[in-house]
Amino acid sequence: MSTLTGTRHLARLILRRDRVLLPLWVLVLAVLPMTYATSFFELFPTAADRAAYAAGTARNPSIVALLGPVYGDSVGALTAQRAGFLLVIVGLASLLTVIRHTRTEEEAGRRELLGGTVLGRYAGLTAALLVTYTADLLLGLLTAAGLASTGLPAAGSYAYGLAATLTGVVFATIGGLAAQLTETAGGARGIGIAVLGAAFALRLVGDTASNDWPSWLSPLGWAARVRPYEGERWWVLALPVAASVLLAAVAYPVSVRRDLGAGVLPPRLGPATAGPALSGSFGLAWRLHRGQILWWSVGFGLMGLILGGAAKGAGRGVEGNPQLEEIMARIGGASGLADAYLGATLSLAGLAAAGYGIQAALRMRAEETTGRAEPLLATGEHRSTWLLSHVVFALLGPAVVLAVTGLAIGVTYGLSVQDVPTELPRMVGAGLAQVPAAWVPAGFAVLLFGLLPRLAPVAWAVLAVCLLLGQLGAVLELDQWLLDLSPFTHTPQVLRDTWSVTPLYALALVALLLALAGLAAFRRRDTPVT
Amino acid sequence: METPIEVSGLVKTFGRTRALDGLDLTVRAGQVHGFLGPNGAGKSTTIRVLLGLLRADAGAVRLLDGDPWRDAVALHRRLAYVPGDVTLWPNLSGGEVIDLLGRMRGGLDPKRRAELLESFELDPRKKGRAYSKGNRQKVGLVAALASDVELLILDEPTSGLDPLMEEVFQHWVRRAKQDGRTVLLSSHILAEVEALCDRVTIIRNGRAVESGTLGELRHLHRTSIDAEVTAPLDGLADLPGVHDLRVDGNRVRFDVDSAALDTALRRLTELGVRSLVSQPPTLEELFLRHYEVAPTEATPAEATR
Repeated sequence: MSTLTGTRHLARLILRRDRVLLPLWVLVLAVLPMTYATSFFELFPTAADRAAYAAGTARNPSIVALLGPVYGDSVGALTAQRAGFLLVIVGLASLLTVIRHTRTEEEAGRRELLGGTVLGRYAGLTAALLVTYTADLLLGLLTAAGLASTGLPAAGSYAYGLAATLTGVVFATIGGLAAQLTETAGGARGIGIAVLGAAFALRLVGDTASNDWPSWLSPLGWAARVRPYEGERWWVLALPVAASVLLAAVAYPVSVRRDLGAGVLPPRLGPATAGPALSGSFGLAWRLHRGQILWWSVGFGLMGLILGGAAKGAGRGVEGNPQLEEIMARIGGASGLADAYLGATLSLAGLAAAGYGIQAALRMRAEETTGRAEPLLATGEHRSTWLLSHVVFALLGPAVVLAVTGLAIGVTYGLSVQDVPTELPRMVGAGLAQVPAAWVPAGFAVLLFGLLPRLAPVAWAVLAVCLLLGQLGAVLELDQWLLDLSPFTHTPQVLRDTWSVTPLYALALVALLLALAGLAAFRRRDTPVT
Repeated sequence: METPIEVSGLVKTFGRTRALDGLDLTVRAGQVHGFLGPNGAGKSTTIRVLLGLLRADAGAVRLLDGDPWRDAVALHRRLAYVPGDVTLWPNLSGGEVIDLLGRMRGGLDPKRRAELLESFELDPRKKGRAYSKGNRQKVGLVAALASDVELLILDEPTSGLDPLMEEVFQHWVRRAKQDGRTVLLSSHILAEVEALCDRVTIIRNGRAVESGTLGELRHLHRTSIDAEVTAPLDGLADLPGVHDLRVDGNRVRFDVDSAALDTALRRLTELGVRSLVSQPPTLEELFLRHYEVAPTEATPAEATR
């Protein structure tokens, strides 16, 4: 039996299981660069417009930190830079896809089921890598074709497309290696994302420093260094190829040397007895939710630091463009534009935090369906206490995350305008103003959990509708009463001069009433409902 | 308190499925009570009603002289429960879960906890995700058996345990009984029930079909006779209460109702007995007799899970 026997069957199984998810991320990530190019053509029709944008915005250190360097004033160069952050997402998607079809399968025991059939030693890893590589290749080709269709030069388009493909390939292989190291898929994802984060940090440091050697060490820095549309340096593409070969050369031997289900890094043991804090529902809920609070805070904090630092530069791109300058003057000059930009940023953070709140509330549902809630509810703990222990985190979590976001924005924006004492409290306040609206969907999730537990995931659909109303409401000129259905419509613009605090109290009250109704319903219903 | 558990006419429906259909169950204080039935007969549903997790649709339920739904919290401090499929939090160690459940019940005996860990050979430092099915079950058992409670409710607690651990489990249930605790043990491992239980209730389709001591249940059923007689066989087949008579030369085999046993043995001795083997019905036979009759009926309630 060859070491690759069965690879084809496994690859088909992966394609069958990912028939929606895989085409979705490939398509979305391939279409976005094309839309960037189109909008650059429309926004900056002349070379002078582009030069002004490149000098003002594209070379602004905060933009370079987020997206990467820009090598020229052409639409192609600007597009390649603008699409720089997509590479992080391509890397993440590739990484997660490989882990999902290797370690996750193994952890769930499904690989064991297949291992009993005719399968070569390398088949599992090869199938996952092959499918992901193919997806990355498709993504690159589609991206290139899309870019070329907007009128950009073909060579540059294919250089960018291939660079995106190979970035995906490197991170897919990193995922393949990470999956061999730990026993749990969560651990493998942690390693992979940490590597991705380190690569991003390296690139950020290299691109903003005077000497860019750190960027040459980062797989996320290579794509830009191919210089699409600005005298392509094709040889740079050999770097990701070589890196992938090296990584695979490590991953394959490790994959056959270890036992099925085992990792290279030993699993850590826990304490033999529980600490004093773990003595009831709240102690347990803290253990179950604390990791999420921490990671959401770290993620939002980093995002806040970057976006806060970029805010001052947001106004610079319009210099020399009379129309945009006029619009800017209307909303209050450069600081007005920065405030509008930060307000929009924070309202997006509010939506994301609402997603966190829903997720935390639905944790109860997971506890119920997996059977973990049952023994707890059969102890001397009251049902209400158990429910409240989770609801507290569904409400507290978004508040903490939004406060941290405001704080981070306040620090970097305050530094950039040299007025931290004013901006810090102002931005923390603006972050906290998003909290009541973010609570409403979480409260709704609690209500569903109590009243119609099987329909609890519908809370996500509610959030999606709010998101659509917010994004498309103005474009589609929807009636105000329809827009008013979304709690986020009622969040006041606290960065403007005048605003009312009443809607915040009202939103908080609505969220609280929804959660209390959920509690009342839960006390009366059967459990578990599966 | 004579009867920690007193259930009569209990009805529980899920949509159109009638999971419990007039169930009666009486558990006496200080006894180990076996609760037998195939998958989907309604054992877990009954237990969840007793725990106040499900609300009864009809019937009377008394648990430790209280109402399991209304007085849930107060009653739960006096009992410990082990589900048939213990699931753990992946990031909590077994020891942490044991202590957590113990504390939420109102404390556990640290000495007994240590003894239990040792006799079940359970490493409490492993994380929940690292335990096998059997070891997860042990975590639940240690947490329950180390608790100072009057009543243990065990729902197929030994699924996934190996035979050695089954022995350990039986030892600890006997010890719980010696300490004066009452145990409701739902099971379909008949050897376990025969070894441990003072009384047994067999349920089927949400209804108790048999209840009593093992002796009483056997008494209601047939004894198998295998005998060699000297005279040609005569007059046995006509006796009431004799079933499945098979004659092979001088050898006769038949089953006989307990009520007709005396008459049948007299008839045999009249014929001259050379050898005689009699077997009381095993629990397995009792069980199969109730469930083999109409297998199509026995599937209404996967919904109870």
